[in-house]
Amino acid sequence: MFDLVTLLLLFMIVAALVALFTNDLLSAVIAIGAAGFGATVLFLLLRAPDVVPTHVVVEVLTLVILLRAVVGRETVTFAGVRPIPFAVASGVLVLLFLTFAVMSLSGMPEFGKPSMIANADAPSRTYISEGLKETGAANAVTAVLLDYRAYDTLGEATVIFTAIVGAVVLLRRKSRKQRELSMGKQGGNNK
Amino acid sequence: MNGLSVIVKTVTRWVVDFIVLYGLFLTAYGHLSPGGGFPGGVTIACAFVLIMLAFGKKKLYENVGFKTVSRLDCTAALAFLAVALLGFAYAGPFFVNFIQKSLPGTDFQLLSAGIIPICNIVITLKVAASLLLVAVVLSAVRVVPGGTDEQFQAEEEE
Repeated sequence: MFDLVTLLLLFMIVAALVALFTNDLLSAVIAIGAAGFGATVLFLLLRAPDVVPTHVVVEVLTLVILLRAVVGRETVTFAGVRPIPFAVASGVLVLLFLTFAVMSLSGMPEFGKPSMIANADAPSRTYISEGLKETGAANAVTAVLLDYRAYDTLGEATVIFTAIVGAVVLLRRKSRKQRELSMGKQGGNNK
Repeated sequence: MNGLSVIVKTVTRWVVDFIVLYGLFLTAYGHLSPGGGFPGGVTIACAFVLIMLAFGKKKLYENVGFKTVSRLDCTAALAFLAVALLGFAYAGPFFVNFIQKSLPGTDFQLLSAGIIPICNIVITLKVAASLLLVAVVLSAVRVVPGGTDEQFQAEEEE
């Protein structure tokens, strides 16, 4: 019942609720980051590993930008000698990262050889051999975009929508309050 | 503010219809040939941006109602979601291609692939409206001291 996916979903819902209802901006940003990384792990569990790298990059970038916007302008500079445990810990982290990177490199197919030939269960095999039969779309790219990975397309559409809403809100001349104020001065029934 | 030269205006007048037509083609044949909702929408939005560049902002503001465009944007976003939710009506998962499952069309024909062409059309409307709004919003911001855009403000306060 309570498998990993359900637990992660609950975690993400809780994090989103915290982000919505907390009064502290910094904790809201951190909660958003937690929800985002929950989604990243969820993608990994739901066998969409190709989405994960993009998701991690986007999550880290948005988190850093939001933190920067929230915390403010003052930058913290570290002076003096770095404590030895910290230096050792960061060195170990870098080594771990390098090890895993090299390990994943050896698992990749040969250069110029598509992974669908190397792996018998590669999803791209299904997309190409079954795409027309299952979706009816002759264009394999569209079949993937709007059928197999339609969630992704919905997300893209949402991103565009959010971007334009943000642009309109940020770049408008007057806020609604100001407009109502100026309308109130003129008599109020402009509509 | 009055746009570019006569040459640019004339060429724009000739070319703009074909750009929109090409965008519509990309959308309509998105499930058969390279194309789809996103490129189609971008192409259509670019036609309007070209009008804005060639004839000046004022011409675009006079001919396009931005209230309508932003409403179209929202409606298309909701319609995309509605198409996805209709999958539940067919007792399937979210985003199931229910038309293809119930009455499959002939492969390689214009009327095939079920909900994919519908999704393409909706995405085209959404992307075209969004990008047009982005271009308009960005063009409305001018860092000219004392410069105002009465037209845009009037449009905003409408």
